[in-house]
Amino acid sequence: MTEYNFAYLDEQTKRMIRRAILKGVAVPGYQVPFASREMPMPYGWGTGGVQVTAACLTPDDTLKVIDQGADDTTNAVSIRKFFQRTAGVAVTESTPEATMIQTRHRIPETALTEGQILVYQVPIPEPLRFLEPRETETRKMHELEEYGLMHVKLYEDIARHGEIATSYAYPVKVEGRYVMDPSPIPKFDNPKLGGSAALQLFGAGREQRIYALPPYTQVVSLDFDDHPFAASKAPHDCDLCGAKESYLDEVITDDRGSRMYVCSDTDFCAGRRGHGHVGRLGVPMEGTA
Amino acid sequence: MMGQLAITPMAQDVPLLQVDGVTKRYGQRIGCADVSFDLFPGEVLGIVGESGSGKSTLLSCLAGHLRPDLGRVMFDTAQGPKDTLTMSETERRRLMRTDWAYVHQNPRDGLRMGVSAGGNVGERLMAVGARHYGSIRDSATDWLTRVEISAERIDDRPSAFSGGMQQRLQIARNLVTGPRLVFMDEPTGGLDVSVQARLLDLLRGLVRDMGLSAIIVTHDLAVVRLLADRLMVMKSGRVVEQGLTDQVLDDPQHAYTQLLVSSVLQV
Repeated sequence: MTEYNFAYLDEQTKRMIRRAILKGVAVPGYQVPFASREMPMPYGWGTGGVQVTAACLTPDDTLKVIDQGADDTTNAVSIRKFFQRTAGVAVTESTPEATMIQTRHRIPETALTEGQILVYQVPIPEPLRFLEPRETETRKMHELEEYGLMHVKLYEDIARHGEIATSYAYPVKVEGRYVMDPSPIPKFDNPKLGGSAALQLFGAGREQRIYALPPYTQVVSLDFDDHPFAASKAPHDCDLCGAKESYLDEVITDDRGSRMYVCSDTDFCAGRRGHGHVGRLGVPMEGTA
Repeated sequence: MMGQLAITPMAQDVPLLQVDGVTKRYGQRIGCADVSFDLFPGEVLGIVGESGSGKSTLLSCLAGHLRPDLGRVMFDTAQGPKDTLTMSETERRRLMRTDWAYVHQNPRDGLRMGVSAGGNVGERLMAVGARHYGSIRDSATDWLTRVEISAERIDDRPSAFSGGMQQRLQIARNLVTGPRLVFMDEPTGGLDVSVQARLLDLLRGLVRDMGLSAIIVTHDLAVVRLLADRLMVMKSGRVVEQGLTDQVLDDPQHAYTQLLVSSVLQV
């Protein structure tokens, strides 16, 4: 690839993004403004995540891209191809083999390790956005740690639904200081945010914000004393690999109400099936016992 | 002006609020000029005047919404009197959600219209750290009852409430943390007379029961007659007369006050 600079962005831009990332790492959970560039993809497709990935990528990296846990969906495939063409880096679908993982809406089931970087695509970085529309005011609220409003949202959930019905983009407090939107990951993944061995970076392209969780950061999901946070998932086992503890997608299989539940993390599911686990509707993979 | 404090019936040793020479200009024009007064615990001060007389500007300056160009606003905090204009913004905003309350003329400005009545009342509690849903809800129910809103409407949004109910909800939302000083900007504006009467009755009861100090801005002399111990009359940004409410209304000294009192329609 000679037509593009390594990883598409020019060096000055990557430098600018790296500075924002370093600031974000220094102040966990704080939204750092950065001069987001136009990327050759529409807003909402991960322009923020792609810029963060491009700024962190080295020629020695192995990249994995997932969309809702899957390696083979449009968004994941096109971003992976993008970096194959513009950076020429190795790509993989295996979580442990990857050194950089760009993700949309999921954290891989396999525990991350030290040295890995997880990059999130973030549509709306401001957790208070739908409660307080003024950006000047929300910045002030972050500055002065005025987060009572976040609990008003949870109060409304309980008043209306009898429980905290927020099931994704569940707000967290980082190191007892900043309230952060963990991007639209299911709240099932929230416990994996805290104490993770990997560096977690969040990029919002349209909103021009970067924030970060350094490894082993304390992350607490907000809740009430009498309505504690509970990570939730569909009460089923994976129908392909039989996993009990993974986050599941519901798949409608016909027009008479039949459905199956499968792991949303395709690499995790395939790995288990490769080891001979078979679920309710699964068939053993070729080459396994 | 300070000499008149001696006649204040509820005068105690330390004033809750000491206002000294507050001046706010909008360019060349005067918003309010050189306003000074002391407010003692449990006292209700009325500020009356026609539209444009600077009473709302003054209230905004006192409540920290506007920054006056000159003057001091000393509030008797737990750590002794402090100038609210020079204290840090963190401190001032903490005051705003604990010791102070602000009742807007239009309840839509003071309420979150997309949040249920219970959430509106609970917001201040959660802002000062309440994290127990059950007890927040109990306080909200209690306060809705105290402002004569049926407890079964706790999960309705304010947009489903009448104007009078919205105003009462706003009052409940402000008083739930037990503030010591309430700022009210035309609390009865835009309500019809019978609803006004009920609201005034309610306010009078709450102010007496909780021993609140209040500063009420209004152009309605009947409101101050009912609620205020002391009255300040403003014209063109300046205080032209102040004293006990009955004294000022029954025996107005300044020409403008005389005009104001005589302009009230007798039914």
